[in-house]
Amino acid sequence: MPAISFQSVSRYYPLARGPKGATFAALDDVSLDIEEGEFFGLLGPNGAGKTTLISILAGLTRASKGRVSVLGHDVQAEYALARRQLGVVPQELVFDPFFNVREALRIQSGYFGVKNNEGWIDELLESLGLADKANANMRQLSGGMKRRVLVAQALVHKPPVIVLDEPTAGVDVELRQTLWQFISRLNKQGHTVLLTTHYLEEAEALCGRIAMLKSGKVVALERTSELLKAASSHVLRLKIDGELPADLAAQARVTGRIVQFPAHDAREIESYLGAVREAGVIVDDVEITKADLEDVFLEVMGGRK
Amino acid sequence: MTGWQTLLYKEVLRFWKVSFQTIAAPVLTAVLYLLIFGHVLEDHVKVYDRISYTAFLVPGLVMMSLLQNAFANSSSSLIQSKIMGNLVFLLLTPLSHWAWYLAYVGSSVLRGLVVGTGVFLVTFASTDLTIQAPLWILVFAVMGAALLGSLGLIAGLWADKFDQLAAFQNFIIMPMTFLSGVFYSIHSLPAFWQGVSHLNPFFYMIDGFRYGFFGVSDVSPWLSLGIVGVALLCVGSLAVHLLRVGYKIRG
Repeated sequence: MPAISFQSVSRYYPLARGPKGATFAALDDVSLDIEEGEFFGLLGPNGAGKTTLISILAGLTRASKGRVSVLGHDVQAEYALARRQLGVVPQELVFDPFFNVREALRIQSGYFGVKNNEGWIDELLESLGLADKANANMRQLSGGMKRRVLVAQALVHKPPVIVLDEPTAGVDVELRQTLWQFISRLNKQGHTVLLTTHYLEEAEALCGRIAMLKSGKVVALERTSELLKAASSHVLRLKIDGELPADLAAQARVTGRIVQFPAHDAREIESYLGAVREAGVIVDDVEITKADLEDVFLEVMGGRK
Repeated sequence: MTGWQTLLYKEVLRFWKVSFQTIAAPVLTAVLYLLIFGHVLEDHVKVYDRISYTAFLVPGLVMMSLLQNAFANSSSSLIQSKIMGNLVFLLLTPLSHWAWYLAYVGSSVLRGLVVGTGVFLVTFASTDLTIQAPLWILVFAVMGAALLGSLGLIAGLWADKFDQLAAFQNFIIMPMTFLSGVFYSIHSLPAFWQGVSHLNPFFYMIDGFRYGFFGVSDVSPWLSLGIVGVALLCVGSLAVHLLRVGYKIRG
């Protein structure tokens, strides 16, 4: 039985402008299964439908069509059973200003009917570096600390399936390290993890399998290693002085003085170097690297694949 | 604690932590009403021929404060959670719509009773108030608070911003409580306005509540009980339905 199953899920929103009855598909027939124990990445640009998909999974939004289940429980018909299996870290940095950290965790635990949970709450506080903030009011915490509390709140009922919606957006390196160590440990203990992130190096390092969404559709669904293999195998990275001609620039990813060309073999690398030399651009530095997930992502999203 | 009990506890803790604003302030307001209206009208008005105006006013003020605070509790809690975004913590839980209803309305009833008791304690000493039928007092206090707590829940779900909630409170709840006979017996009104008052469910809550103190009222307490009961059933059913479909809280 899959941990999470999306079956032909679509979600339509009425268009604000345009003819009456016209709709826009935030999700268009999305089907994918995430197996128990997987560390699964859901990637896509802003507005691709990642958060809508997670909202449907969590019962915050309803699908217009299709079915979603968590460990076999339909998220609508058996919402209580489905939500017990699910721990969701929301993307927005929200908190209840009336309570301190420990109170917030106790209350969240109580909503799930979990009794005598102090041991696990202490462990969560410890593992997420919140132990010395346990009695601080939520309002007094920094953004990063609030983010940690959100993670702790999602895990307080020990859910077998953990969903993290961009948990590291705008947080410092230390928290990212703490968070990933902890989540990886839970994954090794058997928890299924579904992650959306904009940090592709995180997804590459952590996720065994990846789905990419574009305009509400799944455009790639493969093991991370397969995705990397299928892409251009190398990247030619140049630091240049001057400007590239337009035709060359169109083939590259340009970030200021850094120019990166995707290349499949040595011949292609040579031809790029030749073209740059011919254009009279001075090259300060040359580096040839293996393609990473960011390159794959850009290839898939650019429709070049 | 089970799920709904935790939510009830959280909702009670929420108003208790700011009790200066949620309990002490409405008690003070009621005392001011009593001082001013009592001072102005005590020597001029006798109600039901034998009851002094101040004694008549106290149960009305108790009930008015109770009703307004029951409404304020569920409505302000919901809209705050909606606007702050922390309602998501509840939306992610397995709590049923019944659990939500019990907890939000239960905490509103508690806040209403605490404020009502507070107003009663600081005002009854200044009058020759008697208690004829305590059970009627309790029944109308609890049912009235539950009705207003349910209305607050509906208003809190419906409103998208504080402005809309304030409109609901100022243009519906306030006029209906003020025109329900808190400050006067409707027998003192012209026949037309007596008829209009009979259409106001708030009138029955206050009239029935007052019966518990004086043993006399404008209409029979059984009629009031029936009308308040039906109103609670209708409003409560609507509130539970809105929670079940996730009106304005689940997309």
